[in-house]
Amino acid sequence: MLSTSLIALIPLLPVFSFILIALVGRKYFPSYCGVLGTISLLISFILAVTVAYDYFFLVGKVGDTFQQIIALKFTWLQFSPNVAIDMAILLDPISVMMIVIVTLVSLMVHFYSLGYMKGEERYATYYSFLGLFTFSMLGLVLSSNIFQIYIFWELVGVSSYLLIGFYFDRPSAVAAAQKAFIITRFADLGFLVGILILSYYSGTLDFQTLIMRLTTPTDQLHNITTASFLGMSALMWGLVLVFIGGAGKSAMFPLHVWLPDAMEGPTPVSALIHAATMVVAGVFLVARLFPVYAISCPPALEVVAWVGIVSSFLAATIACTQTDIKRVLAYSTMSQIGYMMFALGVSSYGGENGLGYMASMFHLFTHAMFKALLFLGAGSVIHYVHSNEMKDMGGLRKLMPITHITFLVACLAIAGIPPFAGFFSKEEILQAAFQSNKPIFIIAIITAAITAFYMFRLYFNIFWNKDFHAHSTDGHDAHHGEGPGTMLIPLIILGLLSIGAGFIPFGKLVTSDGKWLPTEFHPTFSIAPVLLAAGGIFLAMTFYKKQSPAPQRFADGIKGIYTTAYHKFYIDEIYLFITKKIIFNLVGRPAAWFDRNIVDGTMNLLATITGKISFLIRKLQSGKLQQYTAYFFAGVIAFVVVFVYWWT
Amino acid sequence: MIGLTHFLFVSCILFFIGIYGFLTRRNMITMLMSIELILNSVNINFIAFNKFLYADKLDGLFFTIFIITIAAAEAAVAIAIIINLYRNSHSIDVEEADIMKF
Repeated sequence: MLSTSLIALIPLLPVFSFILIALVGRKYFPSYCGVLGTISLLISFILAVTVAYDYFFLVGKVGDTFQQIIALKFTWLQFSPNVAIDMAILLDPISVMMIVIVTLVSLMVHFYSLGYMKGEERYATYYSFLGLFTFSMLGLVLSSNIFQIYIFWELVGVSSYLLIGFYFDRPSAVAAAQKAFIITRFADLGFLVGILILSYYSGTLDFQTLIMRLTTPTDQLHNITTASFLGMSALMWGLVLVFIGGAGKSAMFPLHVWLPDAMEGPTPVSALIHAATMVVAGVFLVARLFPVYAISCPPALEVVAWVGIVSSFLAATIACTQTDIKRVLAYSTMSQIGYMMFALGVSSYGGENGLGYMASMFHLFTHAMFKALLFLGAGSVIHYVHSNEMKDMGGLRKLMPITHITFLVACLAIAGIPPFAGFFSKEEILQAAFQSNKPIFIIAIITAAITAFYMFRLYFNIFWNKDFHAHSTDGHDAHHGEGPGTMLIPLIILGLLSIGAGFIPFGKLVTSDGKWLPTEFHPTFSIAPVLLAAGGIFLAMTFYKKQSPAPQRFADGIKGIYTTAYHKFYIDEIYLFITKKIIFNLVGRPAAWFDRNIVDGTMNLLATITGKISFLIRKLQSGKLQQYTAYFFAGVIAFVVVFVYWWT
Repeated sequence: MIGLTHFLFVSCILFFIGIYGFLTRRNMITMLMSIELILNSVNINFIAFNKFLYADKLDGLFFTIFIITIAAAEAAVAIAIIINLYRNSHSIDVEEADIMKF
């Protein structure tokens, strides 16, 4: 096993690079900051892989169960003998898996950005923000108590705000950054209240103790299940509120509206934050507390499942209509995260029934690979075309062969075509849904078909359809091809991983109870989803491989549905209506009126009265010493008279 | 036989002379002198009470000594202030010392 100081270096190296770049590098060696950040991340990644190897194959397993190991622990704030906040590193299968994913994707993004962001004015600042973000995310997954996770959770929110708003001279980027921050903050409020409820009743912040106390019949469990508010038990409230926090970060319906707008950030950032790492924080959180959800409060898990499937389906339909390629990818992210959520939702704890948990984590892993690849590929395309819109693209397959091949691999992976990575994880998810919840299974399988359709709509629109015409207006030309090697190598690496990641025997590594979950492959079960996905691809091919009027005719045929989906089911408009019309008018204005008239009025009244009275008695203050003395003396005489003659 | 009443009578007269002077005079030096009169009437009271009521104690005496000391200090400070006022406004009339008044 690695020594604890080396494990602590995994999250600390990125933050060192952040501090170094932000304080010194930005000023004195700006052009080397990229290399500095990349090297520190490379070391982090190597350490993470070593830790993962040690954990999974050498020390993690005791008997047949993976243990939770506290690698490092110190008390940060000691409030009282019983209440303390620790900073610690918790190693268990999911956190070890997450550090590998985060460092891998972050490393790829660092490396890719060397080419992509080259010549950018705030190049060094960009790398410092990447370091901060990576640190926060690693801290989040390694947290051993619920308060620590909350701290890093907020740090992740801040760094994503900084990165989304990176091009702060664009008003749309500023608006998107604020939107992301406000919506996730709003969700975090739920998370915080959830933390307070859970830790109040369980009497601890520590995950291990909390899970232990809330899953075995203890006094704490008894109290939290019997205390009820508005017809739901305190446990249900706590878990649902924590899930709301997770839903905000993971862009689940109806808190998803920030994710598509967040595409205003630089494309590699979208790959890092909005595809592979940050948005899975919500899934990770539910997975972290999974025993509590599954053992003590299955109804809360039901909520998770339905929110997941609704988000997944909704996002998939919206993705079919969008024309900005990054937005399509954003909605596909939301859809896939929905997959992970409902996979957790249909799962239960331990043994055979824990299939959904394992499948969810497996999908998280494979999704990180191919979604990062998709975004980086899209980044290459945007770098080349200088536009996000599909109509400006087409016929790029000959001009960018490597991007084309890797993008195709990623599309096949996300569509669930064997033997690419997405097939295996999606298969497990569908099986888990099939075993425990038939309605969800049906929606999920339809969503899988839609996923295949919109991904290949994207693929054909970018790489086939019409011939590419470079813009003559901006003097851009078609000969600079694919971009530098720093942008191609990450694509190739991620492409290989998207092919190979599905063969990892995940059931042996990451399961709900840490025991080996044997997974069987059911060829007969797989036929239906694969055929549906192939059907989706075929449909996309007929529509979009060549320019044809068919898609337009089809869209006109279902005009109502199409427009609704195109406008993202008017959810943004509903939010605006609620905030601007209802909250501003019914709450904001009366509150402002109350403040201006009642609160200010009371204060003004007091001031006026004081002023009036002092005006009346100002003559008393004449400044004449002898007059004062006379008053004083008269007062003394009066006292003497009172005390001598009347008071007896 | 001179008794306690006689002393009190003297002290009372002294006190009211002091008050009268303080209230009527405009000259600061005279006002200061009036204050001294008031303080001395108090001293006489202390001494008289001490002698006639608690002959075996010295408390009244101590108070008197303190008052004389403080009166000396007060006179020093007050005269310093008056001199400064005089330097600034060439007057020691209390009515005219109004530069600090709003």
